Amino acid sequence: MFEVFKVFADLSIQLIGLDDQSRLGMAVHFFIEDVSKILVLLVVMIYLIALLRASLNIERIRDFLKTKHPVLGYLFGAFFGAITPFCSCSSIPLFLGFTTARIPIGVTLSFLITSPMINEVAIVLLGSLLGFRFTLVYVVVGLLVGMLSGALLDWLKAERYLQPFLTEALASDELSPPEDTPEAPSLSLKERHDYAKEELFEIMGRIWKWVFIGIGIGAVFHGFVPQAWVTDHLGAGQWWSVPAAVLVGIPLYSNATGMIPIMESLILKGLPIGTTLAFSMSVIAASFPEFVLLKQVMQWRLLAMLWITLLCAFTLVGWFFNAFWPLISQL
Amino acid sequence: MNIIKVLGSGCAKCNQTMEFIKDIAQQEGVELEVLKVSDPMQIMKYKVLSTPAVVLDEKVVHSGSVPKREQVLKWL
Repeated sequence: MFEVFKVFADLSIQLIGLDDQSRLGMAVHFFIEDVSKILVLLVVMIYLIALLRASLNIERIRDFLKTKHPVLGYLFGAFFGAITPFCSCSSIPLFLGFTTARIPIGVTLSFLITSPMINEVAIVLLGSLLGFRFTLVYVVVGLLVGMLSGALLDWLKAERYLQPFLTEALASDELSPPEDTPEAPSLSLKERHDYAKEELFEIMGRIWKWVFIGIGIGAVFHGFVPQAWVTDHLGAGQWWSVPAAVLVGIPLYSNATGMIPIMESLILKGLPIGTTLAFSMSVIAASFPEFVLLKQVMQWRLLAMLWITLLCAFTLVGWFFNAFWPLISQL
Repeated sequence: MNIIKVLGSGCAKCNQTMEFIKDIAQQEGVELEVLKVSDPMQIMKYKVLSTPAVVLDEKVVHSGSVPKREQVLKWL
């Protein structure tokens, strides 16, 4: 089914007049094949997911998360984080709204941690570049990191370190519970289509450049960095390569869209799976701009707790998959 | 004079929303004051879950996206 994109890339290379065995030719081929395939798949997937999601609004998600069940709360948090599109500009009102509805901080954080890591765009990219098995692993690991980090922060009583105005609001009785959310609206197919079309334009407008940048960097890597260099310097042999990859990922900031094509070329060049996962999750989920925003509602101590939790989680993920991926991939 | 508040923690869409409302008011010749509210404490009071949100007469009339032209016309 995807052969058509390879043929398209072959033809384009011939049209431009590049030698398909040269480094530049290989890089350009890789770029054209991936970009065309991914853009088409993205349009289809974003539209379909939005059709299904049309009647699910954030108020209804909040009501789901009010469950008192100890495990389900984190599971729901991570799950809804994964299926809602993430915009960092909404993370503050969302945090406030969830917290004042007396949803535990950890559940809200499960939502916020998973949201940028897993979404339909990430799944399309992973599926088409790295295959079904890897996508499944990424999604499961992402959900687990979100759930366990949230649970750990609640266990550490992280709510002690919210900004004082929020703690006061929670302690006072003035805080009336949010009004009941009306039942799910029953939407006609036409209304769903309109919503999905709007979402499609909105999301594609936001991410198309990331697809180009990510695949562009991946293509340069693909054509110009020798494989031996990667396996020699960043291979699975050294235990420290995983925490080092996590640390290098912190100041780098990208969303999943830009990062996944780079993951592909890192893996193709022989970077171990675990190191790649650790590095990518660090780039995607532990970013400074996001943390600066959260400072409005959290004290430094809580930010630091969250941050250290994530860095440890990514390192563990990296070590685990460097050790066990050979076994998993044979299943 | 009407006052419209735009709630948002300084994201691109919130600024777009403000400019959009101001532009339409000007085109329609309506006098209008558009205030930006970015203090989390204030935003919390309006109980919105996603921004940009629009507040008219202390009631939240819209949240989660840049409003459409028809919606803005109704608020003027």
